[in-house]
Amino acid sequence: MSTQYKPALHFQHVDYRIGDTEILSDITGSFPQGRITTLVGPSGAGKSTLLKLCNSLISPENGEIFVKDKAIGDYDPVELRRMVGMALQSAPMINGTVYENLNLPLDLQGQQLAKEDALELLEDVGLKGDLLDRKVKELSGGQRQKVSIARTLVNKPEILLMDEITSSLDRASKLEVEELISKINRKYGTTIIWITHNLQQALEIGDYTWVMMDGQVVETGESSLLEDPKNDRVEEFVKGVVS
Amino acid sequence: MSYWTLSLTLIFVLIPLLLSKTLNLGLGRDMTVATLRSIVQLLAVGYVLKFVFDSESLLYIFLMVALMIVAATHNAQKKGAAIQGIIWKIAVTLIFVEVLTQGILIGFNITPATAQYIIPISGMVIGNSMVLSILFLNRFTAEVEDHQDQTELILSLGGTPKQAIHRQLINSIKASMIPTIESQKTVGLVQLPGMMSGQIIAGADPIQAVQFQLLIMFLLLTTASVTSVFLGYLSYPTLFNKRMQLLKG
Repeated sequence: MSTQYKPALHFQHVDYRIGDTEILSDITGSFPQGRITTLVGPSGAGKSTLLKLCNSLISPENGEIFVKDKAIGDYDPVELRRMVGMALQSAPMINGTVYENLNLPLDLQGQQLAKEDALELLEDVGLKGDLLDRKVKELSGGQRQKVSIARTLVNKPEILLMDEITSSLDRASKLEVEELISKINRKYGTTIIWITHNLQQALEIGDYTWVMMDGQVVETGESSLLEDPKNDRVEEFVKGVVS
Repeated sequence: MSYWTLSLTLIFVLIPLLLSKTLNLGLGRDMTVATLRSIVQLLAVGYVLKFVFDSESLLYIFLMVALMIVAATHNAQKKGAAIQGIIWKIAVTLIFVEVLTQGILIGFNITPATAQYIIPISGMVIGNSMVLSILFLNRFTAEVEDHQDQTELILSLGGTPKQAIHRQLINSIKASMIPTIESQKTVGLVQLPGMMSGQIIAGADPIQAVQFQLLIMFLLLTTASVTSVFLGYLSYPTLFNKRMQLLKG
């Protein structure tokens, strides 16, 4: 991985297992601060597990993870998760309105999101203000995903983790979300770690990429590596996905 | 009731046995075992109660109540196997509910501190608390499993385990209390409670029987709410570790 940027997150010989099953093995590498890094690889490669390790929803069996040069275990979990936000493919919502969902991160801290701030957030993610009082169950898939991203932004995370957030969206919504993530990255300097199965998306949006297979990182580098992989397995994977 | 009359009550066992045989329900063996067990268990309890009432010893009352708590805990813990240390949590809950209810009954002189009152009322309280524990644990483990994404959502937004599990906990507490509340709404209209019916059959004044029944029903309302809330708040922390991570069963 490039050395010209400070690492926002660094993995050092990280293993993770569930029972006797090894999910991640000897993961070492860094995610550069303020850049977009994509995680690509076949299903079951351990990408989502790696993402959950980044905001301490789970802990490694062995090895160390550093967030901004500080061991992840030294952070208070609440403080860490506000700093490292996460958006999921399923975009889980609490029952209620868009406002109630946007207010959730502050509500958890005993505070309230001002309506003007909520409207600004909606505008930031390309949604109209009149959605604020709409029930979330009335939203389309694309709108839900944007609300989910906006909700994650309420905590002003320095690192944003995203798990296949565009995989169930139509082409127009997918492009809007891609543009939105690029905008967030540029506007706030947010470090983005994005799992995608879409290699074209990884090439267009990502600055860097990690290719994962069978719980291991097999190749890392600038996103262009996906056009000319050095590793034979990665080459096979790229061809398989492309075809 | 004479032994001859008592033996005639077996007609009510013969009817389902005949139905089972005629319709090939395959329940004959289970019903026979259930009948024999109820005869043996209830006769044994009858003789034990007679002995305890005659002795008027507080130690025997204590042992009877302790036995009820042990049996109820053993029965209820099977439903909460996924929750660490559930056996102690149920035992503590049952003890707390028993001490609270008997404390109020005896402390306010509502019922006398004699075996005749303490043992049957304790049986109703502990039995009800056991059923509530089973209902609560059944619902709570299902809620936690079904709404894992909601729990992780709140944790990932910087919520605490209590905030992350709040909705599932409240849903489970409410769901486990519904049968108690609903049965109280229709009492006297749909069914006459067993204890009240027993007193009336034994020749007690119906108004006095109703008064006692009201006492028991109000008592069971407290039992239901305290059991599910107490057990809920004892159980949820063990679903998380100190890094505020949801532990997978």
